[in-house]
Amino acid sequence: MEASEITWTLLSLFFIGLAYFSAFAFVAGLLWKLAVYLRTPMPYPHSLTPGAKTEGQAILRVLGDVTIFPNLFKADKWLWAGAWVFHAALASVLFRHLRYFTYPVPGLVLYMEPVALFFGSLFGAAILFLFWRRLGLPRTLYISNIPDYFVLVLLGLVAATGLAVSYWLHVNIVDVKGFIVGLMTFHPVEIPRHPLFLLHLFFVLVLMLYFPFSKLLHVGGILFSPSRHEPFTVQGNGSRSPDFMKR
Amino acid sequence: MSKFDETPIIKDPAINGVLKPPKLREHASAEVRCYPSKPKDTAAIDLPTERVPDWQERAIAKFGELLEKNQALRVYMDICARCGACTDKCQFYLGTGDPQNFPVARAELLRKVYRRYFTPAGLFPDLGDAADLDEEMLQKWYTYFYQCSECRRCSVFCPYGIDTAEITIAAREIMASIGVSTKYVTEVVAKVYQTGNNLGIPPAAWKDNCEFLEEDVQAETGHPIRFPVDVQGADVLLVPPSADNFANTDTMIGYGKLFHYLGVNWTTSTYCNEGGNFGLFLNFANLKKVNARILQAARDLGVKTIIWGECGHAWRAGIMTPALNGPMDAFDPPYPYHISQYIVDMLHKGAFDGRIDKSANDDYLVTYHDPCNSARAGYLIEEPREIIRAVCNRFVEMPEGTIREKTFCCGAGNGLLTDEIMPIRMAGGKPRALAVKHTGANYLATVCAICKAQLPESMHYWDVPVKVGGVIDLLARALKL
Ligand code: SF4
Ligand code: SF4
Repeated sequence: MEASEITWTLLSLFFIGLAYFSAFAFVAGLLWKLAVYLRTPMPYPHSLTPGAKTEGQAILRVLGDVTIFPNLFKADKWLWAGAWVFHAALASVLFRHLRYFTYPVPGLVLYMEPVALFFGSLFGAAILFLFWRRLGLPRTLYISNIPDYFVLVLLGLVAATGLAVSYWLHVNIVDVKGFIVGLMTFHPVEIPRHPLFLLHLFFVLVLMLYFPFSKLLHVGGILFSPSRHEPFTVQGNGSRSPDFMKR
Repeated sequence: MSKFDETPIIKDPAINGVLKPPKLREHASAEVRCYPSKPKDTAAIDLPTERVPDWQERAIAKFGELLEKNQALRVYMDICARCGACTDKCQFYLGTGDPQNFPVARAELLRKVYRRYFTPAGLFPDLGDAADLDEEMLQKWYTYFYQCSECRRCSVFCPYGIDTAEITIAAREIMASIGVSTKYVTEVVAKVYQTGNNLGIPPAAWKDNCEFLEEDVQAETGHPIRFPVDVQGADVLLVPPSADNFANTDTMIGYGKLFHYLGVNWTTSTYCNEGGNFGLFLNFANLKKVNARILQAARDLGVKTIIWGECGHAWRAGIMTPALNGPMDAFDPPYPYHISQYIVDMLHKGAFDGRIDKSANDDYLVTYHDPCNSARAGYLIEEPREIIRAVCNRFVEMPEGTIREKTFCCGAGNGLLTDEIMPIRMAGGKPRALAVKHTGANYLATVCAICKAQLPESMHYWDVPVKVGGVIDLLARALKL
């Protein structure tokens, strides 16, 4: 075997190993963390008022938090816009990635093709905005720490390499899909021989690995925020028209 | 000239009653600290009387225990994105410019230690922004967790509802467990166990004062208004903040007139004549123990129900009663029940129809300060306003963004109402004071004894000529007996 062949084989093994390891860490770590949140009790009522008075209203409150970030809107319109665009673009980019995982590819994913570049660029732009905001405002600069920069840089690299392999140094989609489906069916095949794609994959896997140990836990953690998911039910007992009072 | 160091306080004016986020002034309030607790007080409330020798290990053990027991702490340690949305929302930052008073920066003081001892980031402290719990960190905790009034304002603006109050509560609990607490808070809790109330009023003095009030009110109104004490078998046990019987007597008179008018058989208790629960500012065990006294007093007197008086943190603890001290099924519903809710219910029943003379309050232009505890922890926002509108002709709201769930703390809530930290109290009281000033009101109504103690001082400091009083005081003035 030629030297370069050996390198590719080793790289393949590395990526296959890292992929399984990261996927495991991501899923197990996240589930473990969420299970810990779930089983930790709250020793006293902690609903933020005014707000939900029933379970149903509390669920709506959390659904609102997850989808439209109302508190951020109250706090800071620019941040709200940046954060919302970031998350929405991320969601659509992730959704579009279904075409590398599924067969047949869902119709909706195919319909998205013409606007995919738009969402990808929006995602990148939102990251730049968030980065600028972190560095540019004295208040956010003061509170930012190395992990905050690390996550942003990592996301930026994921976005940049992702855009590059889709619209510039094209990677062969058939190879990519073959590799991913191979991993998913536990019949791993050799990695696509495309350095930029491998970088993209590498950054994604690092992000997955880091996820359960990071502030990215807000993704599932928000569901367990007692001030949001708890309804104010302490006066559920008894009506508000006492009958022992005279007059 | 003020009697205290004013350097921590930013004096810039507000624009239309609202403050702009000030420039950062690092360490501006780093030297403002509460006096440490006295051994005689901590001994009386089951806390170490001095810093325990193995304080680091004990603190981390306590931290671990709280993480197991408290979902808010557990989740809020992990999920903050340091997005910065809360940074300009805390009155103590707005008044001092000290970035350590950003809610997120305050919380990070605890999080750094969390990451060091409870997460893999502790293996790489520099990269993971983790820090040892050393003397320096403990001093920062002591300073800045007693510059937080646990008011929950930050939670309103956090995309995940992260409640820095809950983080402060945990930090104070950890500190208390190793023998680090403040004189003011421990002294008050100790007084409750000795005398039944925060002011340390003995039963005889309480009774005397009630009799004195009866004579006074009789002379003034001609009506035999009673302020009953320890009446067995009364229908209602009123649990006021004890200050109502001494400092805010107009509020006490208000309760008396209201119950007299409605013909309610009520009483106060000398075993528990205090709603205000300073255990909330210290640790869980004392929170529970102080609150249990209310149920005990109610059982001893055999009352049918309990009504909480005009007190913010009494109500915040009050709504926890079933969770802290067991079911209240032995009492008539609704429970827990707040005096403002009761008045509104009576209003709706028509109990005051035709007997209210609003013009009696025409000399007042009234504005309403939402106490942080009743608004954000106790769902009391509409009731006080409804009462004010029913008994006053002239009511004006402060600017949007400073009221209702976005209300500012008076500046001294939840353990900060002590004179040695006057710079923090006046700085923290600034957003509220300037919002009041903007309205031009001459009566500032509120339903909290802490607010009623702090606001006159902060209004004076910020040069806002306004009388501070209760909501029920206004009702009492307008009610035709
Ligand atoms: S708003 Fe919430 S998530 Fe953002 S920095 Fe403050 S506490 Fe953290
Ligand atoms: S709870 Fe209130 S005082 Fe404490 S950090 Fe939040 S806004 Fe500031």
